[in-house]
Amino acid sequence: MENILTYMTFIPLFGMFAVLALPRDNYNLIRWTALGFTIPGLIMAIWLYANFDRTTEGMQFMVRHEWIPRYNIQYIMGIDGLSVTMVLLTGLLCPICLLASFNIEKGVKGYFALFLLLNAGMMGVFVSLDFFLFYIFWEVMLLPMYFLIGIWGGPRREYAAIKFFLYTLLGSVLMLIAMLALYFHNDLHTFDMLILMEQSGTYSRVFQTWTWLALFIGFAIKIPAFPFHTWLPDAHVEAPTAVSVILAGVLLKMGTYGILRLCFPVLPLATLDMAFWALAVLGTWNIVYGALCAMAQEDMKKLVAYSSISHMGYVMLGMATLTPQGINGAILQMFNHGTVTAMLFLLVGVIYDRAHHRDINGFGGLASVMPRYTGIMAIAFFAAMGLPGLSAFISEVLVLIGAWQYNKPLTIIAATAVILTAGYMLWMLQRVWLGPVNEKYANMEDVTTRELVTLVPLAIIVMILGVYPHAVLDLINPTLLALNESVLSAAPTVAQLVAP
Amino acid sequence: MDLGNIESLAYSVPELLLAVAVVAILMLDLFVKRKDVLGVIALFVIVLATLAAKAQGGGDQGWLFNRMVALDSFAVFFKVILGLASFGTIWMSLGSKELENEHPGEYYVLVLASTLGMFYMASATNLLMAYLALEFVSQTSYILSGFLRGNRRSSEAALKYLIYGGVASAAMVYGMSLLFGLTGSLDYTILGDQLSAAGGNGPIVFIAIALMLAGFGYKIAMVPFHMWAPDVYEGAPLPITAFLAVGSKAAGIALLVRFFYPGISEFNGDGTWTALEGVDWPSLMILASMATMTLGNLAALRQDNVKRLLAYSSVAHAGYMLMGFVVLSDDGLTAMLFYTVVYYLMNLGAFMVLLMVLNNSGREDLEGFRGLAWRGGALPAAAMAIFLFSLAGLPPFAGFIGKFYLFAAVVQEEMWLLAVVGGLNSVIALYYYARIVKAMYLENPVDGDPIMTSDLPNSILIGVMVTGTVVFGVYWAPVVEFAEQSIQFWGR
Repeated sequence: MENILTYMTFIPLFGMFAVLALPRDNYNLIRWTALGFTIPGLIMAIWLYANFDRTTEGMQFMVRHEWIPRYNIQYIMGIDGLSVTMVLLTGLLCPICLLASFNIEKGVKGYFALFLLLNAGMMGVFVSLDFFLFYIFWEVMLLPMYFLIGIWGGPRREYAAIKFFLYTLLGSVLMLIAMLALYFHNDLHTFDMLILMEQSGTYSRVFQTWTWLALFIGFAIKIPAFPFHTWLPDAHVEAPTAVSVILAGVLLKMGTYGILRLCFPVLPLATLDMAFWALAVLGTWNIVYGALCAMAQEDMKKLVAYSSISHMGYVMLGMATLTPQGINGAILQMFNHGTVTAMLFLLVGVIYDRAHHRDINGFGGLASVMPRYTGIMAIAFFAAMGLPGLSAFISEVLVLIGAWQYNKPLTIIAATAVILTAGYMLWMLQRVWLGPVNEKYANMEDVTTRELVTLVPLAIIVMILGVYPHAVLDLINPTLLALNESVLSAAPTVAQLVAP
Repeated sequence: MDLGNIESLAYSVPELLLAVAVVAILMLDLFVKRKDVLGVIALFVIVLATLAAKAQGGGDQGWLFNRMVALDSFAVFFKVILGLASFGTIWMSLGSKELENEHPGEYYVLVLASTLGMFYMASATNLLMAYLALEFVSQTSYILSGFLRGNRRSSEAALKYLIYGGVASAAMVYGMSLLFGLTGSLDYTILGDQLSAAGGNGPIVFIAIALMLAGFGYKIAMVPFHMWAPDVYEGAPLPITAFLAVGSKAAGIALLVRFFYPGISEFNGDGTWTALEGVDWPSLMILASMATMTLGNLAALRQDNVKRLLAYSSVAHAGYMLMGFVVLSDDGLTAMLFYTVVYYLMNLGAFMVLLMVLNNSGREDLEGFRGLAWRGGALPAAAMAIFLFSLAGLPPFAGFIGKFYLFAAVVQEEMWLLAVVGGLNSVIALYYYARIVKAMYLENPVDGDPIMTSDLPNSILIGVMVTGTVVFGVYWAPVVEFAEQSIQFWGR
C-alpha cells in the first residue's frame, strides 16, 4: 500500500476515461460506474484512518519520483495530521455526492466524467508535497467546477460559473508568482515543500511578507474571506446540489489548508506579523458578517452559503491564535464544517428536488409532512448551531478557548455571534418546518432510501464527533503541535531583519 | 565556417527545395486541371523542406553566402517551426471552402514563397538580408491576405496591411541607415563590435533601434505597431490568418532575437547577456511587452467575431513572449522559444476548429459556436476548449508550462511589476476565452443552427494538435531541451 495516495488520486481519473468510453444513453450504467470508481477512494480512506500513525508529526505514506529533473520538479505525495483529515473528508464526500447526483438527467455522461476529474484534482491538492504538483492539481480542479456550475446549474449559472473561475484564477496567478519567488529565493531551487519549510529560517522578513500576502490572497479567495467572498453565494445558489456539497465541503477547506500547509511553516516570520490582522480580525469579521448576511436571506441555499462564510471564520480565528487548542480546533472545525454543511446542502437539495424552489417563506409545517426528513434535518441544524453533543460545538469551543488566550475582545465578539447563528438557523427552521402546513406541499414525499444513504453516514459522524472528538483530534494533534511550535519559535534573526 | 555563394548552396537544401517548388508549381498550374493536386504537392514539399531543415541541426554551423545568413541551431529551430506552421496552413487551405475557387496554383506558390522568406528571416545576420527577407515575407503576405477578391473585407485587409507595412519598413530602413552611418557596416557581428567599442553614442543608437523596432514590432504585432493586425486577421482567408498569427510572428521573433541578442548585446558566458551601454532597450521592451499584452487582452474582451477575438489574443501572446525577451538571459530565450512551440500547437489548433465551424455554418462569430457541443460537435468543441484553456494558461495543458517558464524567467530577474501585470493579464484573458467555451457548452443551440459535421483531414490534424497540447502539458522535458539547445548563435 505504499502507493496508496497515488491510487487515491488517479483511480477517479481513470474513472473519468472509463465513463467517457461508455455508451451515452445508458444512464444507469454511467451512474454506477462513476460511483464504483469513487468507492476505492472511500475504502482506502478508511484504511488510512485505521493505519495512520497517530504518534508522529512527520509525513507518512510518502512517495517521491523524479518528474522533470532538470528543473527539480518532483512527484511527491504524503500526508500528515493536517492533510489526513482532508483526505478522509474528500474520500467520504465524493461517493456521497455522486449518489446524490443520480437525479441528473441532462448530459449525464459529461457530468459524471467531470465529477470524477474534480475528485482527482481535490485529492491531488491534499496529498501533493511538491508545490508545482500542488499548483497543477489546484488549477485542474477549476475546469470541471466551471463546467459543473455552468452547464448543470440554475438560471444564472453562466454568471456564477465565470465569476467563480475568474476569482479563483486571480488567486492562482498570485500563488504562481509566490511559488516562483520561493523557488528562486533559495539556492536549492526546489518546489519540494519539505525543503522549503526547512529553509524557512533563511528568508528575509520583507520577502516573507510579500510572498505571504501573495499566497494569502490566493487562499483567502478560496476560503472565502471577506472581501473576496462575493463569488461564493452566487456559485452556491446556481450550482447543482452535489456540486454545492463539494464546494462547501471540500473546496473551501483548500484555502485554510493552503495557509496551514504553506504560509505557516514556510513563512513563519510573516505569519507572526500578519496573523492578527489577516487571520484573526478578518476571521472574526467573517463570523459576524456571514451570520448577519445569512439572517437576511430568503433563499435556503444562499442562507447556508453565508453560514459557510461565517463558519470558516472560526477556522481562521482558530489558526491565528497559534495556541494548541486554537489550531486543533481550526482543523477539527474544517472537518466538522465539511460534514455538517454537506448535510445542509443535501437537505436543501431534497426539498428543491420536490418543490423546485428554495424560498424559505414558501413552505411551512414540513415537520408533519416529512417526519423522517425532519429528524435528520434537526441533527444538521443543531450541529450547525453549535449545540453541545454535536460535532461543531467541540471545534468552536476549542477555537474560542484558544482565542481567549490570544485576544479577549475578538473572542467575545466571535462567541456572541453564536447567538446570530442560532437566530438564522432557528428562524429558518421555524418558517419551513413548523407552523401551519402549506397545502401546496401537503403531499410531499418523505426522504427516499437513496437520499437516506447519503445523509445517514454524515449524521452518524456528526453525532460521534460530538461526544468523542478524539477520533479526529488524535490524528491531527502531533502534527499541529509541531507546526505551532515551529511558527512560534521563528524569532527573527538580525540578518533576516536587515536583508531586503 | 564562412562560405561563399556557390559552396553555400550545399547547405541550403530546405530553401532550394522551396524555391524550386515555387517555380515548378507555377508552371504546373498551366497544365494541371485538378488544382488540389497542386496543394498536395505543396504539402509534400513543405514536409521535405522541414525535414531537410531538421536534418541540418547538429551538423556544420557557420556563415553562408558571404556572411549574409547564418546556419546555426537557432536558425534550425525556427525553420522547423516555420515549416510546421506552413504545413498547417496548407493543410487547412486544402479543406477550406472559402478558398475553393480562388486560383489555388498561385495561392500555394505564394505560401511557399512566404515560407522561404521566413526561413531567411530566421537566419539573416546582415541588416540588408534581414530587410530583404522581411520585405519578401511582407509582399507575399499582402497578396495572400487579399486573396478573396470578391470579398471587400479581404481587399481592405490587404490594403491596410500594405500601407502600415510600408510605413513600418520605411522607419526601419531609416533606423538601419543610422546604424550603418555610425559603424560603416551592416554585418551584425562587425556592427555590434563597433557599437560597443565606440561607446558614447547612446542616444543616437537608441533612436536607431527604436526606429528599427517599428519594422520588427510590426511583424510580431507589438503595441504600438499592432494596429493592422485585427483588421487583417479578420479580413484575410482563415488559413492565412493562422499563417500570419503563427508563422509570421515566429519569424519576427527570430529576427528580433538575432539582432538584439547576438547582434548588439554581449554574452557573459554564464547564461546572461549585457545590453549595449547607454542604450536601455530592455526597459523600452518591458513597456512594450506590458502594453502589448494589456491592450491585446482588453480589446479582445468585447469582440464577438471569433476570428477577430483570436487576432487580439495573438497580439496579447506577443506580449507574453516578449516577457522572455526582456530578461537578457538564456533562460528567458529558452522560455520564449518553448512558448513559440506551444503557441504554434494551441493557436493553430484553435484556428483549425474555427475553420471547421466556418466551413460548416459559414459563420465565424460567437453565435456560430452556440451550443456546438450539443449539436453533433462534441469532439471539435472539446478540442476547442482544450486549446482555449491552454491559451489561457491553465494546467494541465502545454500553455501553462509555456507561461510557467516565461514567468519563471521574469521572477528570476525579480521584475515583479512585469510578473504581476502578466499574471493579471492571464486572468483577463480567461474571460474572453471562456466566452467561447460558454457559447459551445453553456448555451443551447437555437433552431436553424446546423448540425456540426467534421471532415476527416482537419479532424486528424486537430487530433495531433490536441495530443501535443495535452502531452506537453504533462511531460515537456524534450521540447524544453530542444529549445535550450537552440540558443546557440553562430558568430557570438
